[in-house]
Amino acid sequence: MTRRRWLASTPLTAAVLAAQEHAHQAARSPQPPAFAAFAALTGAEAREIEAIAAQIIPADDTPGAREAGVIYFIDRALATFDKDKRAVYTEGLKDLDARRATLFPGSRSFAELDSDSQIRLLRAIEKSDFFELVRSHAILGFFGNPSYGGNRDQIGWKLIGFEDRAQFQPPFGYYDAEPKG
Amino acid sequence: MKQYRPDEEVDFLIIGAGASGGIMAKELSTAGFSVVVLEQGPYLREKDFQHDEIKNTVLGALTNHPSHQPQTHRASKSEPARLLKQKYLQYGRQVGGGSVHFTANYWRLWESDFQQKSKWGGVPGAVLADWPITYAELEPYYTKGEEELGVSGIAGVNPFEAWRSKPYPLPPMPVKSSGVLFERATRKLGLHPFPAPLAILSQPYRGRGACVHCGFCEFFGCEMRAKSSTLATVIPAAERTSRCEIRPDSYTRKIETGSNGRATGAIYFDANRREVLQRAKAVIVCANGSETPRLLLMSKSSQFPQGLANRNGLVGKYLMVDAGYEVHGTFEHELNEYKSVQATRAIHDFYEPDPKRGFYGGGGIDARFDYYPASFALGGLPPNAPRWGREWKAMVARNFNRTMSLLAHATCLAREQNSISLDSEVKDPWGLPAMRITFSFHPDDMRNMRFLLDRQMEILQAAGAQKAWPDTADESLLPHNHLLGTCRMGNDPATSVVDRHHRTHDVPNLFLVDGSSLVTACCQPTCTIQALAYRAADHIGQQARRNAI
Repeated sequence: MTRRRWLASTPLTAAVLAAQEHAHQAARSPQPPAFAAFAALTGAEAREIEAIAAQIIPADDTPGAREAGVIYFIDRALATFDKDKRAVYTEGLKDLDARRATLFPGSRSFAELDSDSQIRLLRAIEKSDFFELVRSHAILGFFGNPSYGGNRDQIGWKLIGFEDRAQFQPPFGYYDAEPKG
Repeated sequence: MKQYRPDEEVDFLIIGAGASGGIMAKELSTAGFSVVVLEQGPYLREKDFQHDEIKNTVLGALTNHPSHQPQTHRASKSEPARLLKQKYLQYGRQVGGGSVHFTANYWRLWESDFQQKSKWGGVPGAVLADWPITYAELEPYYTKGEEELGVSGIAGVNPFEAWRSKPYPLPPMPVKSSGVLFERATRKLGLHPFPAPLAILSQPYRGRGACVHCGFCEFFGCEMRAKSSTLATVIPAAERTSRCEIRPDSYTRKIETGSNGRATGAIYFDANRREVLQRAKAVIVCANGSETPRLLLMSKSSQFPQGLANRNGLVGKYLMVDAGYEVHGTFEHELNEYKSVQATRAIHDFYEPDPKRGFYGGGGIDARFDYYPASFALGGLPPNAPRWGREWKAMVARNFNRTMSLLAHATCLAREQNSISLDSEVKDPWGLPAMRITFSFHPDDMRNMRFLLDRQMEILQAAGAQKAWPDTADESLLPHNHLLGTCRMGNDPATSVVDRHHRTHDVPNLFLVDGSSLVTACCQPTCTIQALAYRAADHIGQQARRNAI
């Protein structure tokens, strides 16, 4: 399934549109996301995982996991170097879904829950291997090299003040810039 | 580049193109000998080195990997060994070896390191010994290494350092904020900070450019060739002689011996997993303190049923590793520690073991930052910080450029049970026995690490840290990167594997030159491993010219 078709089958939230816009910008940047289709995840899975990642690294006054395209990183990880962890996602999502149905009868998916309910659900599973794996992947996607599909427009690096430059000159920080003595 | 046919008997076959193998290759080929170097990893070039944290730290592009180099571990001989998902021991796995991705800390040993047994008598539960050589015998080769490879530092500031015949060839690297804070704090405490000696160029040197402070040293290859790896220095020099062939993607499985008990060459798997026998007049193993003993143990034959050079059963014994905890602190203003080299200041005030402490052990401490963006976000916050969500995000954003660390580089005692051996069940993808690691620290090592941890915390507090905390580790940081002592050097064939010139006691034309030779372990081994290689090459070359090998 192509990314465009996945987007077409999804309620286009403002954030997704923003992400799409970011993707267009990224395509012109030196290290564009290297794939356009989901290789490991179904659209439904991707929607749920993206919503989890967006609670782990939420958008507030700065962009979060969704805007950084973390889901594309996760898909790529599960299709390549973390292939053997695919089952953790399958099982974890199944478990999350069961908990959701019990806690919030009548709800249809994690992604459609309101933010407080999502956080409540995640608190219940935050010690699980599944949550730990999504957390790791979300962080790697958000702060790793943009060539893996996440960290779009270096959103993660901008957040923490990391500049990927070929060179720097001293002084590097506040304390080594102070007059000696 | 020169290429030899495998059936051509070369003068020297070197196994491992790392920190020591690169030096052996250069020294012996420039002395006129024909040399083939087998390297299990690839031949990467500067263009292959990118600022890619996922590739280098998550995927371990420059190191051994659990999927291809499986390791099993047990804490003691009485336990079954477990197959590990993560690495327990880590080594560089490409041409240049660990010198490609190391932090480049370049500390000489002290004179007293070579005589710890004489000084201490003994430590119960440890196998302490004097080295068969002295600092004075090694000093010319320390100097040669520093000059030839290019090391930045300043002599005379560290009041505890051993005497040296020449100053460092290059001035120290510029100090970072962590170094300034460390220097102030340690002076306040009456200690003696000094600029960390680094195998990184502070100025242009011998055709290579100076460091540009990009910040990607530890775990990364230097695309500027400013890090003085053997890949950037002696290996090109060896190739220029037209007598040395570096053969990458060549994984040695056995050293062959003839009916006269001499080594005749080695069998390796090439990139297509075909077995090739390279013939040689002499074999020098430089495969690191874990792979060297493994290869000797795999080189069993009817003549050497316990493995090669292992008549006394000591091959693989006395494994020593890097010991020491890390502490972290946050400060009011931005340090921007991600820029430039990892460490710029260190102390040696607690280096010498002191009986008054009530245990054996000592070590140095340096100020550093060895996080990159993702690793920091994964684990760089204090222990009770939130782990996800808004608050977590805000803390990561605030702390990344305000955090620094202090790492202890401590002694590790040799224990009889700590060893490299062959796993009886687990095989690697080539069908060879996996490396079995038996290791747990000596109780004195643990006491020493905790002693140093307290000193590290005092320094961070004296530096004015807003918050300071230790890593929560039971033993030490994993994986271990310094793989030492497993083919100990000594004069007595009953208690050591190689003699004072790295020749195995059992096989006259087989030499072992790497971390496996070290008799004791403190702090930063690469400088000493490379000095030993220069010294060994000098002697081996002379012996070969006299037909005495």
